[in-house]
Amino acid sequence: MSAIHVTTTINNDATEFLCAPDETLLDVLRDRLGLTGSKEGCGSGDCGACSVMLDGRLVCACLVLGAEAEGRTVATIEGMAVGETLHPLQRKFLEHAALQCGICTPGFLIAAKALLERHPDPTEEEARYWLAGNLCRCTGYDKIIRAVLDAAAEMREAG
Amino acid sequence: MQYISPTTVDEAVHALSSATGACRILAGGTDLLVQMRAGMKRPDTLLDIKRIDALHQITAEDGGWRIGAAVSGAEMGEHAALVSDWPGVVEAVNLIGSTQIQGRATMAGNLCNASPAADSVPALVAANAVARVVGPHGQRDVAVLDIPSGPGKTTLEPGEFVASTYLPARGARSADAYLRFIPRTEMDIAVVGAAVSLTLDADGICTAARVALGAVAPKVLLVEAAARALIGSRLDAPALDALAEACSAAAKPIADKRGTVEFRTQVAGVLARRATLIAQTRAGGPA
Repeated sequence: MSAIHVTTTINNDATEFLCAPDETLLDVLRDRLGLTGSKEGCGSGDCGACSVMLDGRLVCACLVLGAEAEGRTVATIEGMAVGETLHPLQRKFLEHAALQCGICTPGFLIAAKALLERHPDPTEEEARYWLAGNLCRCTGYDKIIRAVLDAAAEMREAG
Repeated sequence: MQYISPTTVDEAVHALSSATGACRILAGGTDLLVQMRAGMKRPDTLLDIKRIDALHQITAEDGGWRIGAAVSGAEMGEHAALVSDWPGVVEAVNLIGSTQIQGRATMAGNLCNASPAADSVPALVAANAVARVVGPHGQRDVAVLDIPSGPGKTTLEPGEFVASTYLPARGARSADAYLRFIPRTEMDIAVVGAAVSLTLDADGICTAARVALGAVAPKVLLVEAAARALIGSRLDAPALDALAEACSAAAKPIADKRGTVEFRTQVAGVLARRATLIAQTRAGGPA
C-alpha cells in the first residue's frame, strides 16, 4: 500500500501530509497532524463528533478520505478561536454550561457555526434539525440549543 | 488498496474496466466508507468520481433535469428550480441522514447502494426517472426502477456506473411527494416509504399518476394498480381507499426489529394516501 501525498489547506494554513489510500481525514487530522480537537465517536457518520468544514460544507471527517482533501480547504475546531479570543459560540457554550464531558462539543461548535453562517436567525426547530447529526450522550441538548440561539442573537447584534 | 480520482468520465470508465480486483465507485462515501470500515466491502481500488466536473452539474435538459452522480443532497436542496419541479424527489433525498451526511451523500449513491429502504428510490421511480449508465460499451439509459435487483445488488454490468439521473419534464398542475415512516423524528431508515407523482387537469381530475413503495420488498415497487385507482378520479375518498388497498396488497415486507409485516403492510397504504394528498395540493388541486 503506497502512501498518497496530499497538499491541502487546513484552517488557512497550507499543509502537506502522506496518508494511506483508505485512511480517513479524521485519522489524518488526529494522528498525522496532531489536530485532536475533532473527535471520533462512532466512526460511521452517526454522531457528528468529527464534524469539519470541507470546501465550506459541513461533513463528518470520518466519512472523508484524507486523499480527498487534495487541493481543498478544511476548517476544524482548532481554527475557530482567533488567538486567545473565543468565537461567540464557544463563549456561549461556556456561559450556558452547554457541555459536560466535552467529546461532542467541537462537532457541535463546527456544526452550529455552519448553521449561523447560513441562517443567522434560526428558529429553535431549525437549530434542532440542523444539529440532529450531532449526538450528546451527557444529554445537554437544551443547554446547547440555548447557547446556539443566544450566540446567534449576539452575533446579529454585533452585525 | 489504491485510490484514484480521474477528472473525466472517459478516464473513469477506462480506469474501472481496466482495474484489477474489486473496484468501487466512491461518490459521497456515506455508505461505502462505513461498509469498508465494518469489513463488509474490501475494494482493491477506490474510484473517486468527485473530481469529474461534469458529474457535479444539475443541468436543464429537454424541459427536465439531469443530476450528476456527484451532486450532494444539500446541493439538490439548494437548487430552487429543481425543488419547484420535483419537490418529492428532493424531499426524499434530503431525508437521508444528517446535515453532515447531506453535504456528501448523493442520489446516485443512494440508488446504487441498493438498500430496499433507500429514501430517494421510490421518489425517483414515481418520477419515472432514468439513470444514465456509462461503461466500456458506451452509455445506456435505464429506468431507475430497473437499477436495483435486490438488497445491495444492482443490474449494472461489470465496468459500468451511473453517471447521472434524469428527471423528465414536468407539465402544468403536476407534482410529487414522498413520505416515510420512522419511529424517530429524523436520522433514521425508512420502515416504509411511499412516493406519488401525479398530474391534474383544470377540473382537478387526475390524468396521470405513478406510485412507488420502498422498504416493503427486496427492491422498490412500482404499484400500477395504485396509480390506476387515482387516474380519472378527483382523488376523493373512494379513490384514496382503492389506492391504499392496492399499496397494502402490493407490499411484501419482512418483519424485523423496525417493523412487523402487518404494520408495514398497513402503513404502506396510509403513507401513499397522505403522499397523494400532498402531491395534489402541490399540483394546485384542492387542499
